[in-house]
Amino acid sequence: MTDQLTDPPTPAVDAADERLVRVVSPADYLRQLGGRLRGGDLGMLPVIFGLVAICAFFYSREPTFLSSRSLVTMTLYAAPLGVIALGIVLVLLLGEIDLSVGTVSGFTSATTAVMFVSHGQSLALSILVAIALGALIGGGYAVLFVWVGVPSFVFTLAGLLAFEGALYWVLGDQGTINLPRDSGLPEFTRQKFLSDAQGYALVAVVVAVYVGSRLWAIRQKRAAGLTPPNLLGVVIKAAALAIGLGWLTYYLGIDRGWGYLPVLFAGLVVLMDLLLRRTRWGRYVYAVGGNEEAARRAGIRVGMVYGSVFVLCSTFAALGGVLVAGQLTTVSQSSGTTDTNLTAIAAAVIGGTSLFGGRGSAYSALLGILVLQAIRTGLNLMNVDSDVRLIVTGAVLLLAVAIDSVARRARSSSGRG
Amino acid sequence: MSVIENEAPVRDTGEVVLSLTGINKRFGAVQALTDVELTVLAGEVVALVGDNGAGKSTLVKTIAGVYQPDAGVIEFAGAPVTVAGPAGAQQLGIATVFQDLALCDNLDVVANLFLGKEHHLGPVLNEVTMEREAWRLLRSLSAKIPSVRIPVAGLSGGQRQTVAIARSLVGSPKVVLLDEPTAALGVAQTAEVLNLVERLRNQGLAVIMVSHNMADVQAVSDRIVVLRLGRNAAEFRTEEATTDQLVAAITGASDNVVAQRAARRAAHPEASQ
Ligand SMILES: Nc1ncnc2c1ncn2[C@@H]1O[C@H](COP(=O)(O)OP(=O)(O)OP(=O)(O)O)[C@@H](O)[C@H]1O
Ligand SMILES: [Mg+2]
Repeated sequence: MTDQLTDPPTPAVDAADERLVRVVSPADYLRQLGGRLRGGDLGMLPVIFGLVAICAFFYSREPTFLSSRSLVTMTLYAAPLGVIALGIVLVLLLGEIDLSVGTVSGFTSATTAVMFVSHGQSLALSILVAIALGALIGGGYAVLFVWVGVPSFVFTLAGLLAFEGALYWVLGDQGTINLPRDSGLPEFTRQKFLSDAQGYALVAVVVAVYVGSRLWAIRQKRAAGLTPPNLLGVVIKAAALAIGLGWLTYYLGIDRGWGYLPVLFAGLVVLMDLLLRRTRWGRYVYAVGGNEEAARRAGIRVGMVYGSVFVLCSTFAALGGVLVAGQLTTVSQSSGTTDTNLTAIAAAVIGGTSLFGGRGSAYSALLGILVLQAIRTGLNLMNVDSDVRLIVTGAVLLLAVAIDSVARRARSSSGRG
Repeated sequence: MSVIENEAPVRDTGEVVLSLTGINKRFGAVQALTDVELTVLAGEVVALVGDNGAGKSTLVKTIAGVYQPDAGVIEFAGAPVTVAGPAGAQQLGIATVFQDLALCDNLDVVANLFLGKEHHLGPVLNEVTMEREAWRLLRSLSAKIPSVRIPVAGLSGGQRQTVAIARSLVGSPKVVLLDEPTAALGVAQTAEVLNLVERLRNQGLAVIMVSHNMADVQAVSDRIVVLRLGRNAAEFRTEEATTDQLVAAITGASDNVVAQRAARRAAHPEASQ
């Protein structure tokens, strides 16, 4: 039959509805973006905007703020707390909270220090034990939550106190343990940097993997008769990624370059993002956070989802604690107790993960911790005391939660859930 | 001529797929279900009707594994089973459209349709096959949904209901429970859902449909089971039941049709001549 040839081309099955706003030109794209923002679908835009504003402010006051040296230091200090914040993001996605990540990180890092320094165990074993302890603590939380039904606010508050006690107990009467500066952990967290060549190679790999995965997606979608992602958009994004990361690598390379520590953190963020968006487990995390009862009725083992997330959160807390200890080369009674907790939670929320569950991304840990670290570094450079820093951090956190709440209201009135 | 294309459907009736006996369910002080019985055959549509609060949704949820009955036996394909949870019900081949739809507002249409039954390649979700299958299911229901990649919260009530119905068709269920599936639907979509029920019956599935719309019930069901105050109040073959009889059984104007007719005869003996 030939009349098929004379038919107008049938649109892809997912573009057939005439009410669907088509996005073809860049202007369409901008218009759609505007609509999304008005509808409260803010995603990570407020925090990116905020980060730029904060950097501009401190740069105008103190140009060394954006010097290569200062930026490298910021990436180093942001990373360990960012690892802890990554765990908080997961817990928040379920609409729960973990108030004990700070003291868990202190307690587990003290365990590492005691085993390594006082008992002469190998560093690897000491770190493994700390991380296993973190997982065990998370497992305990999971049991309390899933089987006993205690609210997470309560048992993590109990954990906040109990693990501070455990920290004192592990340290005994030593009070402070110093890690030898030439041992592996402080070296890894303080002195190891990618060479320039390694840095550029890493950027090239990241961009190549991104382009490859998008091209694969385009092929798959076209083969299935669905609208493929716009090739031009992919090219533009890949170019932006290459130029942005490449320039950052160059700029950080003027000083020491990318530390192993921030690369580890960034790797964990990307890994968690993939797990959350591309696997069944991640889908279930969002489902349980969005509507627990619906998830249960869909046959999802809700308890397993909660359990895995509490375990991951405490494990990230333990890992972050060990990294902090390496960075400060010391563990003391104040490890993890001062503002670790609130910095980690604030970072997740400032980064755009909703406190109401079901919304957020692994990248919010990265962006949120960068905002907080920028504030800390900037105020330090301006010789402002920590009292002001705490007040400013509190104000930024409040602003982030307010934006989240307003966006939630905008969503419910514009039908974006 | 292939049998499938013949108008007369191949039916596999007579074989009991699901049967419940003596089901009791209590919520605190409320005895929601008392000794309820229900049987569905393959290729049969049973309508479950009753007033608000009669216990229809409770019964549906008990079959779907959401609630555990306090007492009673559920038999599936002739063997007693314990439906330990929603996952257990799904494994048996029981698919449910809940009255409250049970959708995750923050997830998109595709994610909701395949929730708990995702297609995957190794550890990774296969979004492309899920999206294509989603369009196929939605089109078969004449769904008016502009995009399957928008969060379900952005859909209208009827669109959401269509998504919930489409979800029950994912996989290959043997029993489909529909709790007020057409409550929010437009004329065309209601007709489409009734067609769907007809198609499911013709494919030899057992369908239990809860509805308040007597016209719909009479249009598609083979049998009508009436619940009142958590008890079996009456049961009719659809072609033998009149709307008046149904309404009487639902509201409890008399305990059953036979008694009602008897009462009418006693009151007006000349009318029955
Ligand atoms: N989770 C629950 N907790 C306590 N009581 C409940 C619960 N679910 C149902 N009930 C009670 O059980 C009875 C039956 O409710 P059910 O939802 O089954 O009614 P229904 O027949 O579906 O009504 P409708 O036509 O309004 O949907 C009601 O009295 C209700 O109050
Ligand atoms: Mg009901």
